[in-house]
Amino acid sequence: MSSDPMTPAEPNEPLRPALSRTARRRNQVIAVTALVAVWVLLWGTLSWANIIGGLVVAAVLLAVFPLPPVTFAGRIHPLPMLRFWLHFLRDLVVASAQVAWLAMRVGHTPQSAIIAARLRVNTDLNLTLTAEALSLLPGSLILEADRRTGTLYIHVLGVTSRDEVERFRRGVLELEARIVEAIGSPEELRRIRENPADREGVPA
Amino acid sequence: MNLDVVFDVVASICLVAGALLSLAAGVALVRFPDLLTRMHAAAKPQVLGLLLVLVGCALRLRTGVDITTLVLVGAFSLATAPVAAHMVGRVAYPHEDIRTDLLVTDELAAHLDRVADEREHSAPA
Repeated sequence: MSSDPMTPAEPNEPLRPALSRTARRRNQVIAVTALVAVWVLLWGTLSWANIIGGLVVAAVLLAVFPLPPVTFAGRIHPLPMLRFWLHFLRDLVVASAQVAWLAMRVGHTPQSAIIAARLRVNTDLNLTLTAEALSLLPGSLILEADRRTGTLYIHVLGVTSRDEVERFRRGVLELEARIVEAIGSPEELRRIRENPADREGVPA
Repeated sequence: MNLDVVFDVVASICLVAGALLSLAAGVALVRFPDLLTRMHAAAKPQVLGLLLVLVGCALRLRTGVDITTLVLVGAFSLATAPVAAHMVGRVAYPHEDIRTDLLVTDELAAHLDRVADEREHSAPA
């Protein structure tokens, strides 16, 4: 990749170490488990025939469509994971009600904004999960993801002032922090703690 | 009051709430000013509205085979809805139909060419 003079400085250089053999193996095991689970759920009954059928299908799928490498350096932390889901469900209900209210209001044209949020942990997994969680919440829509600088460009509905723009940006970083706390590695967690949400995330 | 009645009442609440959210989304689709704001309405009732309808159905059906299918419907909707919304939004973004007068700020405009350019050069074969 050639360097571009227009590119802003990069405080968050990508964390993308090469995958070790064991990490690749672990990714495959996770993929096979997930595919077998989907297969069993599709049939609806847990039986040896279904599990073996699922294993065959998973093996064929992974051989034909190999997955791109995913760096997953951390491990799952159950309590922060629970916290993330509870927070997400609460946001989901609140935001759904807000968007429904915006739709019903008579004589009001909602304003919006396109906001850049630079994530502190620039891994593909973190970028994807944060973007997914944001996309699922009503009122925010991912327009573009810049993989190199780890920046998400988000279209946000119902924003009317610069203050709200900054508040939303902080909200994105807090969401990122919850995701990293749930599945991140110690190194990623350190990055989050060293750059608290209240003074980060403004793109250069 | 037995458990069946409780399940039925909760199921009906979920179904009605999910239907109302979908109605709100339909109204938003007609009333919002441009494509990007409409995408919010079009993509999002899938999330809470659909989940509520699925929970309502699960509580009403109460059989293992049906519930596993509903779980899959929910999981795949959640996984794919953001991708669809992103693709439509990205195709529509640099276009004059977007109401820029209603934008408080646009922090993507300055980076758009660079991001698109990098994608072209670094895209895996």
